[in-house]
Amino acid sequence: MADPLVIIGAGQAASQLMASLAQDGFQGEICLVGDEPHLPYQRPPLSKKFLAGELALDRLYVKPAAFYEKAGSRLLLGQRAQRIDRAGRAVILGDGSRLPYSTLVLATGSRPRELPLPGALYLRNIADVEALRARVALAKSLVVIGGGYIGLELAAVAVKLGVGVTVLEQAPRLMARGVGPVVSNFYARLHGEEGVTIRTGAMVRGLDGRRVVCEDAQYDADIVVVGAGAVPNVELAREAGLAVEDGIVVDAECRTDDASIFAIGDCTSQHHELAGRRLRLESVHNALEQARIAAAAICGKKPPAVQVPWFWSDQYDVKMQMAGLSAGHDQAVVRGNPDIGRSFAVFYLREGTLIAVDAVNRAPEFMMSKQLIAERARIDPSRLCNESVAMKDMRN
Amino acid sequence: MAKIVFEEPDGTKRAIDIANGQSIMEGAVRNGIVGIDADCGGACSCATCMVYVPDDWFDRLPAKDSSEQSMLEFCPHVQPNSRLSCQLQVTDALDGLRLKVPQSQQ
Ligand SMILES: Cc1cc2nc3c(=O)[nH]c(=O)nc-3n(C[C@H](O)[C@H](O)[C@H](O)COP(=O)(O)OP(=O)(O)OC[C@H]3O[C@@H](n4cnc5c(N)ncnc54)[C@H](O)[C@@H]3O)c2cc1C
Ligand code: FES
Repeated sequence: MADPLVIIGAGQAASQLMASLAQDGFQGEICLVGDEPHLPYQRPPLSKKFLAGELALDRLYVKPAAFYEKAGSRLLLGQRAQRIDRAGRAVILGDGSRLPYSTLVLATGSRPRELPLPGALYLRNIADVEALRARVALAKSLVVIGGGYIGLELAAVAVKLGVGVTVLEQAPRLMARGVGPVVSNFYARLHGEEGVTIRTGAMVRGLDGRRVVCEDAQYDADIVVVGAGAVPNVELAREAGLAVEDGIVVDAECRTDDASIFAIGDCTSQHHELAGRRLRLESVHNALEQARIAAAAICGKKPPAVQVPWFWSDQYDVKMQMAGLSAGHDQAVVRGNPDIGRSFAVFYLREGTLIAVDAVNRAPEFMMSKQLIAERARIDPSRLCNESVAMKDMRN
Repeated sequence: MAKIVFEEPDGTKRAIDIANGQSIMEGAVRNGIVGIDADCGGACSCATCMVYVPDDWFDRLPAKDSSEQSMLEFCPHVQPNSRLSCQLQVTDALDGLRLKVPQSQQ
């Protein structure tokens, strides 16, 4: 019998890959290896409703266990893949056993970037949230190091639970990697209104017991959580001699430079047509899309059309939805008033073409922009900012 | 608990039981109903969990909120009887509900 298709990493990308393989008619055996003691689950609620205690654990799981075990497929949870033996076409597991593969898919995700702050907590998996929730219940004060979306979602949940929250961000503005300055300023105001203290330009020097030491100030905290971005889990690939460049280098079909090894999700670096360069995306949409593309390639099916990347973040009653890639824009156009209320959108254009949107409580702006970005539409900026032109009528 | 009948894109009809408090989308995804992609997992951000509701049921469902309404307006295959299944929480009152899944969510 042929060796199984082996997937390393049991996250959202892996789960979608198995669903798409089934849909595409894949007949072989599949073996899914994951180091967490959980079935694949959704991470977005970890810093949102699950953290807040509004969503039970079992609702995080994407599919029931039976889904991963049907039709000769095997699920190896709580097992870490240690090494890939490419010449022998096998994965070596933590207990030394060999798992032969016909095709291998790396879906190892990413992990929080660690800072040299002993005792600080991180927020990536279920175990992290369970530990954090127990501490938050007893805490009076929380310092979040890093003003990215995960840290800010955590801040929003904690302050609602009655904890005093300070966010320390070293950059001059919040979520600087993901959104434009108008949106950063809005989130600073939002969190201020909700009672969170935001300090930008804060250089954290160390953690002394329960005291966070910055260059020019100190903050006492019962809990310190770091949200300083993520690093891709590329070690297995690198040690196996696969090309790695920030993420595991894959082609348009999500194949690595070894034809029998694919990589999908947070761990990959792929050329993106909209960006005109290689990049690594950390989003549910990217994980699902790459899983669908890899499944089609494995089954010899026509690949699904590449979609515009998108992302969302929930903080308080504010849902931000982003589409496209704003890097390289030469114009930002604001629709609505970001200084009053909680609803506006910022459009990003390059040479007159819409390339991205950050929509704050503005589903129509988000949905319509997704279509326009895919069409590479040129839109008159004076129409974009004119609220009397409905989004539906935005095509020139 | 409610028994809900889905008509998949190829015409197959499947009845599944979904517990109260879960969304219809969650029940559909767990039971592998074909054609419910649900990419955002219920965050009302992907509009890939759309279903068609028969006329005799449409008015018996809880009303759409504004974000569901605006997401739906931009769904490629939207019809007047469309709903986002992640925004519909199951109650006993939905027992017997029939839903049609679109040919594609894209
Ligand atoms: C708190 C939080 C909030 C988020 N919110 C959003 C959001 O609102 N919207 C959005 O689009 N995205 C969000 N994301 C990002 C999104 O969750 C990720 O992009 C997505 O989970 C990536 O899926 P993946 O399968 O590539 O990786 P993962 O889900 O990380 O899965 C990889 C799995 O592989 C395992 N693994 C790694 N190495 C090995 C090994 N050697 N052997 C065995 N197993 C291994 C890991 O432990 C992990 O379980 C959020 C992420 C976090 C952490
Ligand atoms: S699951 Fe994304 S909108 Fe319903």
